[in-house]
Amino acid sequence: MGIYEISLATVVGINVILALGLNMISGFCGQISLGHAAFYGIGAYTAALLAKTGVPIWLTIAAGMISAGVAGLVVGLASLRVRHDFLAITTMGVGFLFLGIVRQQELLGGELGISGIPSAGLGKIGYLVVVLVIALLSAAFSLWIKRSWMGFAFDAVADDEDTARGLTVDVGAYKLAAFAMGTAMAGVAGGLYTFFARFLMPDDFGFITSITVLSMVAVGGIGSVFGVIAATIILTLMPEFFRFISDYKLLVYGTLLFAVMRFAPEGLAGFTRGLLARIREKQPAGETTE
Amino acid sequence: MLHLELLIQGLIHGSMYAVIAVGLTLVYGLLRILHVAHAGLFALGGYLGLLITNTTTSLPLGMMGSAIIVGGCGMLIYRLCYQPILDRPPYVALIASIGLFIAMEEIFRLVFGPYGLTYSNPPLQSQVTLMGIHLRAAEIGMVISALLLLGMLSYLSQHTRIGIAWRATVDDPDIAKSFGIDTIKVRYLNFFIGSALAAIAGVFISLLSNLVEPTMGGVPSYKALAIIVLGGLGNVTGTLIASLLLGVVEAFGTIYIGSFLDRDAIAFAFLIVILMIRPQGLFAGK
Repeated sequence: MGIYEISLATVVGINVILALGLNMISGFCGQISLGHAAFYGIGAYTAALLAKTGVPIWLTIAAGMISAGVAGLVVGLASLRVRHDFLAITTMGVGFLFLGIVRQQELLGGELGISGIPSAGLGKIGYLVVVLVIALLSAAFSLWIKRSWMGFAFDAVADDEDTARGLTVDVGAYKLAAFAMGTAMAGVAGGLYTFFARFLMPDDFGFITSITVLSMVAVGGIGSVFGVIAATIILTLMPEFFRFISDYKLLVYGTLLFAVMRFAPEGLAGFTRGLLARIREKQPAGETTE
Repeated sequence: MLHLELLIQGLIHGSMYAVIAVGLTLVYGLLRILHVAHAGLFALGGYLGLLITNTTTSLPLGMMGSAIIVGGCGMLIYRLCYQPILDRPPYVALIASIGLFIAMEEIFRLVFGPYGLTYSNPPLQSQVTLMGIHLRAAEIGMVISALLLLGMLSYLSQHTRIGIAWRATVDDPDIAKSFGIDTIKVRYLNFFIGSALAAIAGVFISLLSNLVEPTMGGVPSYKALAIIVLGGLGNVTGTLIASLLLGVVEAFGTIYIGSFLDRDAIAFAFLIVILMIRPQGLFAGK
């Protein structure tokens, strides 16, 4: 496996963690966040700044996770007061706010970003293994949450907030939990990105990044862990396999987003489900389904 | 003197935000959709206006042509994109709209080039001095047309049958239908007007900087989204006031806290602060 493939795989792993985080917020709990990249950025910048002052690498990533999670809690508190459409725009605003602050502060690197970030010291393959392990853990975590009583509560909140409240589901607490967990995951992804790229620029964490992650969740099927993982892998690798489209990458993303929402809003997961259902229907009578 | 100048600049930008934001709030009021693709129509308006003006050397023709074509595009977007997915959860339309907008930006980049186009003979560039403040004719034109257009819109909605039909449909589509109002026609009209307004805003903005470029739709439209939330989703007057307010806040904010926060972030900081104090926006409830 060449260096290029290793780097690619590492990026896929980081994106999976990032997308699963957004999936937890938007998918599990129905809160549309258009500013996920901000939390990615908070994790990344925290890790970078701490690492440059000599803090051990893995501690900085943990710090990134915590700071992103705390920021997520704060934004989550905002989500308690507003709903759907307002929330989408507010999270978009959070994204721009983060960028706006980072760009203006020399301490945070300003327009030029942060460079000279120390290496994790594991070599490319070692680092890749760590990233993949964490990605797998994220997937397992997501599945566990989804199938637990918390997941049930998330579903209820996503489906119908008022009814959920009437059933004494503490809607506020669950929304906060979803936000904090999802953003913490984004923070981890950010920290991992920091030591992969070893160079951070504000533009890496802008609105386009938020939309890219959202498209991975939407194409995968909002809420579906496997769908999101599949979509993330496909969307991250796609520009690499089709080199000639690299100039058209964003166009493809945009069109894909639009087309999926227009024709198959349940994404890959829904499409697969439909396909499997039709296959099962064709089984001869007498065989049990499943 | 500085304060007056800031105020005027703020109001000028605010009036432009208003023309963009009104189109957005019209769509939201009617369909509860956040029409992010509106940003693409704004940019398209700028491009068409510039191209028509350059070929015919007539700005009025450019503006009108652009408004009509973009209005038509808006109606097409409604028919092809939104109408089929109206019964889906709201995030579907939102994400579809975002996808559409990104695709539009990229198409502009691929077709017209990433560096943008300029006017061969930029109109309305003469300087005018009003109360000791230097303004360009384009800026004054912007404010005047904003007042005219929004005034016409207000008159239309209050004093014509079409306007009343529109307001009825926004208030309660089912009852409107039972009164014989063709809600589909109302929707088309809605998109036409909103998109045409966006196009005109696009032309004026391009006059100010003598440039249309693919990403020009982004920032004004993100701010417009913040504005319609502030103004109370679907509330045209509220949107107007919020636009002017934002323009002024931006103008003063850039001077006073510009070292801490860059210009575009100020708009969102303002939004977030207001929403925390009043989650329903400044002027909720139509």
